[in-house]
Amino acid sequence: MSNVNVPHLLLSRHRWRWPEIAFWLAAFACLLMPSKHLILNEIAILALFALSLDLILGYAGIVSLGHAAFLGAGAYIAGLFAIHVNGDPLLGLLAAAAACGVLGFITSFLVLRGSDLTRLMITLGVALLLGEIANRAAWLTGGADGLQGITMGRLLGLFEFDLYGRTSFTYSLVVLFVLFLLARRLIHSPFGHSLTAIRDNPLRAAAVGIPVKRRLIAIYTFAAIYAGIAGALLTQTTQFVGLDVLSFQRSADVMLVVIIGGAGYLYGGLIGALGFKFLQDWLSALTPQYWHFWIGLILVALVLIGRDRPRRLLHSVQKYVTNRWQSLTGSKAAGSSTGGA
Amino acid sequence: MGVALQTLGLNKRFGGLLATSEVSFTLAEGARHALIGPNGAGKTTLVNLLTGVIPPTSGKVLLHGTDITRLSPDQRVRRGLARTFQINQLFPTLTPLDTLGLAMTERLGRGNDWLRTAGSHPGIAEAIAEVAERFRLTDVLTERTSVLPYGKQRLLEIAVAFASQPQVLLLDEPAAGVPESERHDILAAVAELPRSVSVLLIEHDMDLVFSFAERISVLVNGAMFAEGNAEEIANDPRVQAVYLGDAGHD
Ligand SMILES: Nc1ncnc2c1ncn2[C@@H]1O[C@H](COP(=O)(O)OP(=O)(O)O)[C@@H](O)[C@H]1O
Ligand SMILES: [Mg+2]
Repeated sequence: MSNVNVPHLLLSRHRWRWPEIAFWLAAFACLLMPSKHLILNEIAILALFALSLDLILGYAGIVSLGHAAFLGAGAYIAGLFAIHVNGDPLLGLLAAAAACGVLGFITSFLVLRGSDLTRLMITLGVALLLGEIANRAAWLTGGADGLQGITMGRLLGLFEFDLYGRTSFTYSLVVLFVLFLLARRLIHSPFGHSLTAIRDNPLRAAAVGIPVKRRLIAIYTFAAIYAGIAGALLTQTTQFVGLDVLSFQRSADVMLVVIIGGAGYLYGGLIGALGFKFLQDWLSALTPQYWHFWIGLILVALVLIGRDRPRRLLHSVQKYVTNRWQSLTGSKAAGSSTGGA
Repeated sequence: MGVALQTLGLNKRFGGLLATSEVSFTLAEGARHALIGPNGAGKTTLVNLLTGVIPPTSGKVLLHGTDITRLSPDQRVRRGLARTFQINQLFPTLTPLDTLGLAMTERLGRGNDWLRTAGSHPGIAEAIAEVAERFRLTDVLTERTSVLPYGKQRLLEIAVAFASQPQVLLLDEPAAGVPESERHDILAAVAELPRSVSVLLIEHDMDLVFSFAERISVLVNGAMFAEGNAEEIANDPRVQAVYLGDAGHD
């Protein structure tokens, strides 16, 4: 005699929990800190870039050491689009998304098979290749001098990009939030579950009827679009593109971000971006020359503790607070069976 | 009775080893058919060939008369052919609830849906509950698969395959490695499979084979060695010789 309510279990999992709501309230509350908008904008963009990597790494299990390929491609497309076609930010965003979608789709075939090592080498190779192309095609990209002369139009025809990053941060945060909502939908869908299944056991995934290759192509393309949009935001909010958007450093940093924040629960990229920028600021102020030494040390420590750690920590904090709250208000888990819609 | 699954002159070569040799085999609709043979006879290899995990060197596989030799494993599942694995192949970080839901959604052709939530399909919750009940998994539905007792994992192994609503189900040693005390649940679940599913059972336990199977095929060194009903196989001196020889080194 068990009273397991399967319909309830199925529907309750994608419900918003209070730590998530608190997270986003805090994120939007940052709009009230005008002096920090420039760095917050960088964090929001890095968070989107990391969210993109988390989708393929944390969910589908595809390791990449060249995710900057898409960030960089999006950045250059957005810059070129603004210079040669149209200065409207949203149109530029769409153009970068579309181009990176195509690039992601084509390169996805290279990461379908092979071990993690093969995938690392191939993704790294693609990013290096694009970096070299951008370097050589100086007539188009400005080469080592970077792409100059980008002037962005007003956002929605209304908001000018100001020097203090107010419009920039608002823009990046809203784009991040919207894309986060979409990603959240995706990972709670049958499609999203099938990605986790593929990561866990591709042999069994195929044996329950999951077309493994097609799903991997789809999520890789999807993630490329996200990274491309992050790149476009970078270009539009700084009105400049340098070769470094395609650099190995970018790819390695975003991997670090996801590892700091924890992979596979969607918030890892966002929390990791915050942690990464904070560490970067703090450590480089402390010891300017050695900041990579410290970040390396932290990386090793994190991997030794286990990549699952941040998520579990968050989970236990949530449990603890929820329990305290219930014992304080005397409501015995009554709340957990309502509000499923 | 019609033919559910059939192979025609199937061969599989691994380097110098002919793991499957000219196997022409028929599984009738609604069958309770056992496949036995010593370790290394090529039973698992045959299941891998039938389900498309590996391609045959030559020969054909037909499902309900249609040639499926070139179809991928997932396409075969969608045509109603499911299997279990001798060594657990589960999703360690998913719960049985998610695992069963996944198999059903894919079977319904809704696996590509990325905007609705998993489990929002009408009737799927009831279907999951029913399969969980059938395979005695209701009490562990929301636990991570990796922490389940081995016996429950073995049950889940069959339940996932069953959740794909197969017409043909291939069970590769479903009770392998399960301690005596937990075998009963698995044997009962296998015995209770509905007649609408044609079952091929690979098993070493002769008591189980004889109680379950109406027809038995014996595979030796990759080739079909004998086939008949339970009585014929039990009394076949050549089969006894193979098994006595095998028991010697087992
Ligand atoms: N992927 C493979 N590569 C090489 N040899 C294999 C492979 N799979 C199975 N074999 C060999 O094929 C033979 C049959 O193995 P298998 O089908 O697992 O036997 P059974 O399931 O009857 O115990 C064994 O000799 C085994 O070593
Ligand atoms: Mg075997």
